[in-house]
Amino acid sequence: MTHRTRAVLATFVAGLLVLAGCSSSEDDSGAEGGGSGGKINLVGFAVPEAANKAIAAEWAKTEDGKGVEFVSSYGASGDQSRAVVSGLPADYVHFSVTSDVTRLVDEGLVDESWDDGPTKGVVSSSIVVFAVREGNPKRIQTWDDLIQPGIEIVTPNPASSGAARWNALAAWGQVIEAGGSEADAEAYLEKFFANVVALPSSGRDATTAFLGGTGDVLMAYENEAILAHQNGEKFDYIVPDTTMLIENPGAILKDATPKAQKWLDFVLSADGQRQFALKGFRPVIDGVEFGEVEGANDPSNPYPEVKHLLTVDKDFESWEALSDKFFDEENGVVTKIIAASGKGE
Amino acid sequence: MTATAVPASGAARTRRPARAGGLTRTSGIGLGIAMSWFSLLVLIPLAAVVATAAEGGWSGFWRTITNEQTAAAIRLTVGTSALVTAVNVVMGTLIAWVLVRDRFFGKRALEVLIDIPFALPTIVAGLVLLSLYGPDSPLGVDVANTRSAVFLAFLFVTLPFIVRTVQPVLAELDPEAEEAAASLGASRFTTFRRIVLPALTPAIAAGAALSFARGVSEYGSLVLLSGNLPMRTEVTSVRVLSSIENDNLPAAASVATVLLVISLLVILALDLLQRRMVRRG
Repeated sequence: MTHRTRAVLATFVAGLLVLAGCSSSEDDSGAEGGGSGGKINLVGFAVPEAANKAIAAEWAKTEDGKGVEFVSSYGASGDQSRAVVSGLPADYVHFSVTSDVTRLVDEGLVDESWDDGPTKGVVSSSIVVFAVREGNPKRIQTWDDLIQPGIEIVTPNPASSGAARWNALAAWGQVIEAGGSEADAEAYLEKFFANVVALPSSGRDATTAFLGGTGDVLMAYENEAILAHQNGEKFDYIVPDTTMLIENPGAILKDATPKAQKWLDFVLSADGQRQFALKGFRPVIDGVEFGEVEGANDPSNPYPEVKHLLTVDKDFESWEALSDKFFDEENGVVTKIIAASGKGE
Repeated sequence: MTATAVPASGAARTRRPARAGGLTRTSGIGLGIAMSWFSLLVLIPLAAVVATAAEGGWSGFWRTITNEQTAAAIRLTVGTSALVTAVNVVMGTLIAWVLVRDRFFGKRALEVLIDIPFALPTIVAGLVLLSLYGPDSPLGVDVANTRSAVFLAFLFVTLPFIVRTVQPVLAELDPEAEEAAASLGASRFTTFRRIVLPALTPAIAAGAALSFARGVSEYGSLVLLSGNLPMRTEVTSVRVLSSIENDNLPAAASVATVLLVISLLVILALDLLQRRMVRRG
């Protein structure tokens, strides 16, 4: 009897732990600040959590932001967007890719004019970089180095991670930028994915796998590399001559509290962008003073100008168009190349 | 599942027989609560999954599950789960035997440790596996991004099932029957096969069913180690996740439905097998 009771108890406790484990990653919502200045529900993707907290702390020092309480929820961008559609309270959303905001527009939760502002709805930006082992033992500098035999690449899976799509776009776009044809770009991607040794589901998993010793190079974002350095992780990162500008959209919901608009204005102001810059994001407006950024390759010049910077608008028409072309579940160019990459061996 | 419940429900049945007219008031309420609870937690969500799968129509369903990459993932997941379950049947029974029949130093500690795969959040399990059996392995074993990684992760998370179902049955098994068999000249192997094994079979089958079902649905513990390589190490739950990320819920539900049906068939098959074994024993 004791055995059975113990087994039942163990199962029960384990069940609770599993439940706790599942939920904690998704909705680690916590109230920050406090007081009587109102409340803003912030729903975002995981990466800018530290930056958003820093901005909120700055905002609390101003007249508008005094005493405003934040209820924030961070998780995978697509999951967060779907959660808002199914009723997660939100006043302000900050996602990794535009399609996660347009999903809310389609549902009538965000006004269609959300991207009419001077930054076109973008609140934070970064670029695609190569994270390599300390001292860059494989001497990886360029996109061509990545497709050499024996180089092992780790990149999140563009099929399951919206954010990973920036990497695939960068790999494609740099071929076109160098004067190559679409066929050349496809050939490049085929070689690229043939060298991929791990396709974790999310950017975070990919980073964990890379830091756990997998692969020679991780397709990463500049901001994540800088933040990881700030947190004491040891690896180098390389900014290639041609790379993709990552633009993370932010938006106010239709029925948001009026404070949310003031918050968005502050996020887009020089004061808000300075906090983003200090945490590794490239400012989306000009003239932001941020001094030194700890964790960058060169802290005094943390965001060197990229020779050829690819953007969605300039090189890929629109996020919607490129989603269909590259990432359609059946006929997307990248989807097909990834599926084919598995057949070789 | 059914088998573990057998001793309890069997005892209850003899103690409180249903009246000729049907259920008593209390047992009626009990049944009502049980069914509502079960429906809310299991039946309705499962029905919703199947209904979502049906949205794409038969052709959509078929196209989804015959997609080369998806089919490869299903084959890998089901095959590996079956293999892992087979290993667990042997190893789980062995561990249960050692825990019940032997006395040794550290036994109680081992008892507690067995449940760790249950208690650990799976992503933590994934981290542990990555650091132990990944490229930086202190043991010199690197299975990262291979099919062995999937096998290993499944083994890890399904270990407790058979141990925990077999253990209590073994503990309550009357040793006198074994002694009688031995005194009648049966060899130890014959005693085990004819006396012990039939008594354990329902528990083993129940544990095997749980272990298989858990393997089929596993995600967290392997995502870091398996690399999710299409056609090679990508498991079904990752395919489901991809479909969800693409807002293609019917496709995700279709794959989920296939897994449901396979799990159901395996559980049924194990139940049948177990009944036959018991009858023969």
